Amino acid sequence: MTNSWNDIKNTDLVLVMGGNAAEAHPCGFKWVVEAKANNGARLIVVDPRFTRTAAVADVYAPIRPGTDIAFLSGVMRYLLGNNKIHQDYAKAYTNASYLVKAGYKFEDGLFSGFDEARKAYVDRSGWDYEFDEQGMAKVDETLQDPRCVINLLKAHVERYTPEMVERICGTPKDKFLKICEMIGSTSTPDRTMTSMYALGWTQHTTGAQNIRCMAMIQLLLGNMGMPGGGVNALRGHSNVQGITDLALLSTSTPGYLVLPTDKETTYADYMKSRAFKPIRPGQTSFWQNYGKFFVSQQKSFFGAAATKDNDWAYDYLPKFDVGYDTLKIVDMMAAGQMTGLFCQGLNLMMAAPDKTKVQAGLSKLKWLVVIDPLETETARFWENHGEYNNVDPKAIQTEVIVLPTTTFAEEEGSATNSSRVIMWHWKAAEGPGEVRSDMEIMSDLFHRLRTAYAKDGGAFPDPILNLTWNYSNPRSPDAAEVLKEINGFALEDVPDPADPSKLLLRAGQLLPNFGVMRDDGKTSGGCWIYTGVYTEAGNLSMRRDASDPTGKGVYPNWGFAWPANRRVLYNRASADPAGKPWSERKKYMWWNGARWTGPDVPDYAPTLAPDKAVGPFIMNPEGTARLFARTAMPDGPFPEHYEPMDAFIANPLHPKVTTNPVVRVFAADAKAFGKPDKFPIVATSYRLTEHFHYWTKNAHTNAVLQPELFVEMGERLAAAKGVKDGDWVEVTSQRGSIKAKACVTKRLRPIMVDGKPCDVLGIPIHYGFVGLTRKAHPMNVLTPPVGDASVQTPEYKAFLVDVKKTTPPAPSPVVA
Amino acid sequence: MAVTRRQFMKVSAAGLAASSVGALGFMEAGEALAAGVRPFKLERATETRNACPYCAVACGVLIYTMGDRSKNARSEIIHIEGDPDHPVNRGTLCPRGAAALDFVRSPNRLKYPMVRKPGSDKFERISWDAAMDRVARLMKEDRDKNFIAKNRDGVTVNRWLTTGFFGTSSQSNEAGYLTYKLVRATGLLGLEDQARI
Repeated sequence: MTNSWNDIKNTDLVLVMGGNAAEAHPCGFKWVVEAKANNGARLIVVDPRFTRTAAVADVYAPIRPGTDIAFLSGVMRYLLGNNKIHQDYAKAYTNASYLVKAGYKFEDGLFSGFDEARKAYVDRSGWDYEFDEQGMAKVDETLQDPRCVINLLKAHVERYTPEMVERICGTPKDKFLKICEMIGSTSTPDRTMTSMYALGWTQHTTGAQNIRCMAMIQLLLGNMGMPGGGVNALRGHSNVQGITDLALLSTSTPGYLVLPTDKETTYADYMKSRAFKPIRPGQTSFWQNYGKFFVSQQKSFFGAAATKDNDWAYDYLPKFDVGYDTLKIVDMMAAGQMTGLFCQGLNLMMAAPDKTKVQAGLSKLKWLVVIDPLETETARFWENHGEYNNVDPKAIQTEVIVLPTTTFAEEEGSATNSSRVIMWHWKAAEGPGEVRSDMEIMSDLFHRLRTAYAKDGGAFPDPILNLTWNYSNPRSPDAAEVLKEINGFALEDVPDPADPSKLLLRAGQLLPNFGVMRDDGKTSGGCWIYTGVYTEAGNLSMRRDASDPTGKGVYPNWGFAWPANRRVLYNRASADPAGKPWSERKKYMWWNGARWTGPDVPDYAPTLAPDKAVGPFIMNPEGTARLFARTAMPDGPFPEHYEPMDAFIANPLHPKVTTNPVVRVFAADAKAFGKPDKFPIVATSYRLTEHFHYWTKNAHTNAVLQPELFVEMGERLAAAKGVKDGDWVEVTSQRGSIKAKACVTKRLRPIMVDGKPCDVLGIPIHYGFVGLTRKAHPMNVLTPPVGDASVQTPEYKAFLVDVKKTTPPAPSPVVA
Repeated sequence: MAVTRRQFMKVSAAGLAASSVGALGFMEAGEALAAGVRPFKLERATETRNACPYCAVACGVLIYTMGDRSKNARSEIIHIEGDPDHPVNRGTLCPRGAAALDFVRSPNRLKYPMVRKPGSDKFERISWDAAMDRVARLMKEDRDKNFIAKNRDGVTVNRWLTTGFFGTSSQSNEAGYLTYKLVRATGLLGLEDQARI
């Protein structure tokens, strides 16, 4: 989230699209109810299903799964065409006025630089600004030049007329225009809209571009950095934000740094592309500090072994040639290229798409280690559960080792919620049996490996032998000590650069903020954005001061929000270029003549005067936010509608380029996608209020509340298929088939798409063959093994199926 | 007078027995009820602040355990409810969080290390020492065999691709950080978690 759960109460308009907060995030959704009750806010819900969020909406509109970019591009067309944009904000704080190179083009569904053979934009040189001799981006403040970003954007979205939106999305034109009008009403300085989204936007082959669309809309409306504004990812697991920050992701390192690639042979090479020199006069370009964060992190990991002479142990980090993301790992497993796999609290058999492929992949491993508090389908993938998991254990040679862990209640430590607030939790009891915590398990593993490498040697032992593990109890580290390491401390005395006779930091001192980090090895810090969470003032994640002095929902002394305890990101943009609030009603941060002030921590240098004309988007070298993404996205500098890989129709905008042209399809999956002649129904997955992923099927109350798999289908579809409520149906996709009870409902109604009726089928994700709920086919039997072109998030939310009435499944041979 | 929530509950329970039921004329029933009012069971419990383990709203919860945390006394979790002080959830929980106790006490909790040998149709219990020894050995064997020190162009890449590691978004930051440190130090690139899927 750029803003926070509590901040939602400040909004005037809530757009829930790509999520279903009332059911999936009920206790956060109360802030929407609060805004409606006490701030006059209205709620728009755009969703294929009439959800419980839709039930309390002021306006609900249906949409075909996988067409959000068409809808949102249509919204942008409306805003630009009807002058419903915040002109001063967009001009001053975005790249609207920047001139784009003549080499940039968009024709017939393809941006310039596409290589047909490699299915990639290999030449992205045109996707950039014109630069002058000083390396500064050229701008046209009058916005008249046709190569201005704003004019290129207008031309790009011109095709998304309300009629085209209706044709692609199936959203009735009158509903669409009503929603455009409501969204446009927040372009005034005294009104804001908040966007609440979740996996309904990310789980598509165009996922990242869905979210970019909303970021662009919020920038055009002047709603970024504003109270009650922002782009807010609701997020799934209780610490998914923290684990993202800490980079349990193939090519990342903590704090949104990136591992080196094969081309970056030395640290100097690596830093060359990370110089982040400003490309507009006088801009902050905060990533110029990248080296300080990187070196401090290497010092945290490798201590004295990371020196200037060895490039701060640069070679201790693996370099990547391609990303080894979830889909790639599964593909390598299925191709027999993997020996071993760990699943630590991730139930891969349930969570990854194309379950048949996952099953085949696990069966080819030599060994699998499952670390989990619960029984999982993954740990039992080799077990025959009748038609739910029809395998022969004798034929599966994978050794499976299961290590039982504690739950949240049986450990202490910090976790980061989707508002970026790091909060401590305390241990309530010991776990059952012989369970151990994840920290104990990793510590044990580390010591065994280090001992073995010290004794017997082996492949490149250096990073393992030199890894820091300086905890009072190295076998069971105290979480507080680990959080101190993440925060970072001075490794030597650091003199004050302003007055060398004074000390800025003494050796051993916890760092007060990331501003004091150094690239000379004198400071450590495992994750720079967390610096400030554990200072000499103590463990700030433990703070529980529930006061909100300004009543704006800031709670500045509750936990610690990264970065720098900032609750609303980009909040400098809540004031105009002169430093005055855009409106009294939305007053948040402002310049008081000497410094930036307001209820929050300014997202800006605190004493940098407005007349210095430094932009509020300090992480970008231009100081402004990007309507035009330059080369940051692999599938285009502007979002474009492409059909899901299981395409319901040929793309009406450019039938020759129906799907995202740069999607990665593995050779083994060339035939994995379905066509509408055989699979004429659009399916989407979703979550129930009563269940959490694949855990709560093991919890009694939840299993009683929602005991078995069903699929939700509309009355027209049910009648056409001769299906009554409660009948067994078989749902089939190109990947496989499942059986489920039919839930015939008015919540899903057929829509008209490109002149033909489109039925949508909804499938809850929670059920499998392990648990207290009735045994079921994991629904990911049906989903395609393909991901978002930008970040490889699987396309769970839009795929094609057929459905027919069937008989109940046979009982499983395994009862437990 | 400051009244804690516990005191309030106590007074209410006593008040119910002494007045309202009595006033309705059910004297005997009232007396029986009064005699049957047990002390509020959370009165004797230890309260611990924690967070709901499910979605990223991360609602504050209060966990109540029997046992006074003295050494060698085993605590048992008997109740979990919303934390009324938490600014986001203000004491509320959804149907998932409200049943979090059933997750902690699930009959499907794993309690001991187990191994399923190749081709076998069952798990067998093993000791932690044997399990961890085996895991470390399997890791080292594969890493030593398949570690890629240099790519085809002779560039030092120091990566290990034949083992993957799916971490969890449900662990604490500190556990996640230790997981990251160890896994990356081995050169393993296939490190992922739920954040991407």
